[in-house]
Amino acid sequence: MNFDFSDDQKLLRDQARKFLAEKCPPKAVRAVLEGEAGYDRALWKAIAEMGWLGTAIPENCGGLGLGYLELCVVAEELGRALAPVPFSSTVYLFAEALLAAGSEQQKSRLLPRVADGTLIGTFARAEGPGAVTPKSTRVSFRSGKLSGIKTAVVDGIDADFAVVLARTSDEPGERGLSLALVDLNAAGVMRKAQDSIDPSRKHAQITFDAAPAEALGTPGEGWAVASRVLDHAAVMMAFEQVGAADACLVMARDYALNRYAFGRPIASYQAIKHKLADMYVNNELARSNAYYGAWALSTGAPELPLAAAAARVCATQAFDYAAKENIQTHGGVGFTWEFDCHLYYKRSRELALSLGPQRLWKDRLVSALERANAA
Amino acid sequence: MDFEDTAEEAKFRAEVRNWLDANAPAVDDGEGAELADRSDPKFLAAAKAWQAKRAAAGYARITWPREVGGYGGTPIQQVIFNQEEGRSGNVSALNAPFAIGLGMCIPTLMTYGTREAIARYVKPALFGEEIWCQLFSEPAGGSDVAGLRTRAEKQDDQWIINGQKIWTTGAQISDYGILLTRTDPNVPKHKGLTMFYIDMRDPAVEVRPIKQASGASGFNEVFLTDLRVKDSQRLGEVGDGWRVALTTLMHERLAVGGGQGGGLDVPQLLALARELELEDGPAIRNAAVREKIADWYVRSAGLKYTTYRTMTALSRGQQPGPEASIAKIVVAPKLQDISAFATELEGEAGALKGHDAAMEGIFQAGWMGAPGLRIAGGTDEILRNIIAERVLGLPQDVRVDKDLPFNKLPSGR
Repeated sequence: MNFDFSDDQKLLRDQARKFLAEKCPPKAVRAVLEGEAGYDRALWKAIAEMGWLGTAIPENCGGLGLGYLELCVVAEELGRALAPVPFSSTVYLFAEALLAAGSEQQKSRLLPRVADGTLIGTFARAEGPGAVTPKSTRVSFRSGKLSGIKTAVVDGIDADFAVVLARTSDEPGERGLSLALVDLNAAGVMRKAQDSIDPSRKHAQITFDAAPAEALGTPGEGWAVASRVLDHAAVMMAFEQVGAADACLVMARDYALNRYAFGRPIASYQAIKHKLADMYVNNELARSNAYYGAWALSTGAPELPLAAAAARVCATQAFDYAAKENIQTHGGVGFTWEFDCHLYYKRSRELALSLGPQRLWKDRLVSALERANAA
Repeated sequence: MDFEDTAEEAKFRAEVRNWLDANAPAVDDGEGAELADRSDPKFLAAAKAWQAKRAAAGYARITWPREVGGYGGTPIQQVIFNQEEGRSGNVSALNAPFAIGLGMCIPTLMTYGTREAIARYVKPALFGEEIWCQLFSEPAGGSDVAGLRTRAEKQDDQWIINGQKIWTTGAQISDYGILLTRTDPNVPKHKGLTMFYIDMRDPAVEVRPIKQASGASGFNEVFLTDLRVKDSQRLGEVGDGWRVALTTLMHERLAVGGGQGGGLDVPQLLALARELELEDGPAIRNAAVREKIADWYVRSAGLKYTTYRTMTALSRGQQPGPEASIAKIVVAPKLQDISAFATELEGEAGALKGHDAAMEGIFQAGWMGAPGLRIAGGTDEILRNIIAERVLGLPQDVRVDKDLPFNKLPSGR
């Protein structure tokens, strides 16, 4: 049994933690949260210099070619620090979509720029409130032109390129959908900043008006590729969520130990102890599911859809609980702008929604269980 | 990252598998379930025979030294043996009568007993010839074990013991037991305790089964009336019983911690959901049902992979992290919730049990047993305190009983 990260991977984790503690204190998260800039440019540059952006990108595409386990280790630390950079959009989604469906030309043209930090990418799916389904996907991509409106596109303002889920034929269901690769600085693309629940991660509405775009992958397979990309992203995002949930537990614990009420530390009251014990239990379950997801991702195992959905659901639940109960443990000050609790609370909801809500992932999980059971 | 054995582990696993193939008795599923009644002489005979066979081969306790009849192996080898034994039909069920004795009582005896006692008792326990039980809990001391009232009073070279124990697993089939008593009520409660081992066949010991809320009787009350015990049967110093008990309880948490739930988990719920029709079609297609299945699946899977992390630490020769302590808090409430939800799916017919119910009534039985599982071996609340204090380093609750003499403590009714 060897179900843990290697010593080298743990070393990378320690380095990443130290690096982010220095370069990405809560002050840096607040600067983006309260400011106009879409992300922390200095941090992004430093992260690019560390080589993290190309961790799982093959060497012939300008990356380090290390693998997903290393990327997961980094993701946990980015989550712990609430790093306000377009890492997940660019690396977990954009680069993964290119790796999953891109032509050699597309990959060799764009991935080196992802790896060196000169290209920010994103993946646009939603067009309004409600589920993203083949039926709700109306943005059209025909004869090399993209038209329609995408909403809540993470890092949409700062991204240079986007992968867009779009309709390429009137065929009903999934088969009518394809992925389009679009240069967001080209003509026919208009972007509008949207107010985010977590302003440390900016969102945008993107309007395409016959914008020139190229196909990413085989027409009619957009939905299937998107689904695979989401599985990959879910595992790495789960590590971000686990890291952030652990940070909440540490904050709540430290506060409870030092806050006195009725003549004693509130950490001595069972109402608080049991809350924190539950947080710990949730976080450990989430961590273990995330590890399994990492194993499935790194080995290309057929269990990946189940492992990814379980990692996603469990990590979302853990971070949700940890973030809200961290505020509760702090009491009134936890609800002030001055304390950092709200940074985590906001991020917990943003991450819970950005790859699709729990409802979607629970459904995917049970579908995977049904398939496993039928096999 | 992988789930493979090391070369040495694979060798040990093959050795164990060969031995089990050649030696494990056939216990079929139906029989295994019936056999859970430990008092059944047929079950006890089969269990003792299997225990003797395992002990003769050195497999009864993998981590014990060879000098006392163990295998002299590592914790990961114990895990591997358990896994392989678990694969051999229901043969693991035969170990139940010896779990407490070998898991808790004998390790305590080996730590605190005299050389003569160790020479006399360890081997017969290991070979299943003698069964041990643990007499700690009392009507007035459950989670607060140190609040116990059973009195031991010294008379010359003997102790006279009077009192009542409760929730004693296996007392009705036990030959010996370790017993925690109060020897000094004039000092604070943790300081006035002393541990002994006793002969359960002594006429001064009366065992009565407890009829549980589920109707089953897995536990007993034990009444001790003027029981005379030699001072040489004392384990540890007079007044040092709490420290001795902590040794035992540490072993209990390890022994009771994992893998419970009576085989009822998400796969069974999934099977039921595929079978049943609800108002809007098959239950498995119902969004609310799917959400619930997913909620419980991630907790089950989370525990499974947490166990893998623990095994990885053992395999690397490291001390497992505190994550191993979460199992029972997750398993017991989940069992209760899954089984209640399953009866909801069954609708009006969910009120039936046993052969009259869907899937032979496993959900009704799980629901009925779940309250006990949430209490036995540390209540949900005590386990949360343990995580909060030992894992997260939070302080103990304020204790009003710490410095008062035991006989000055308020005792409720």
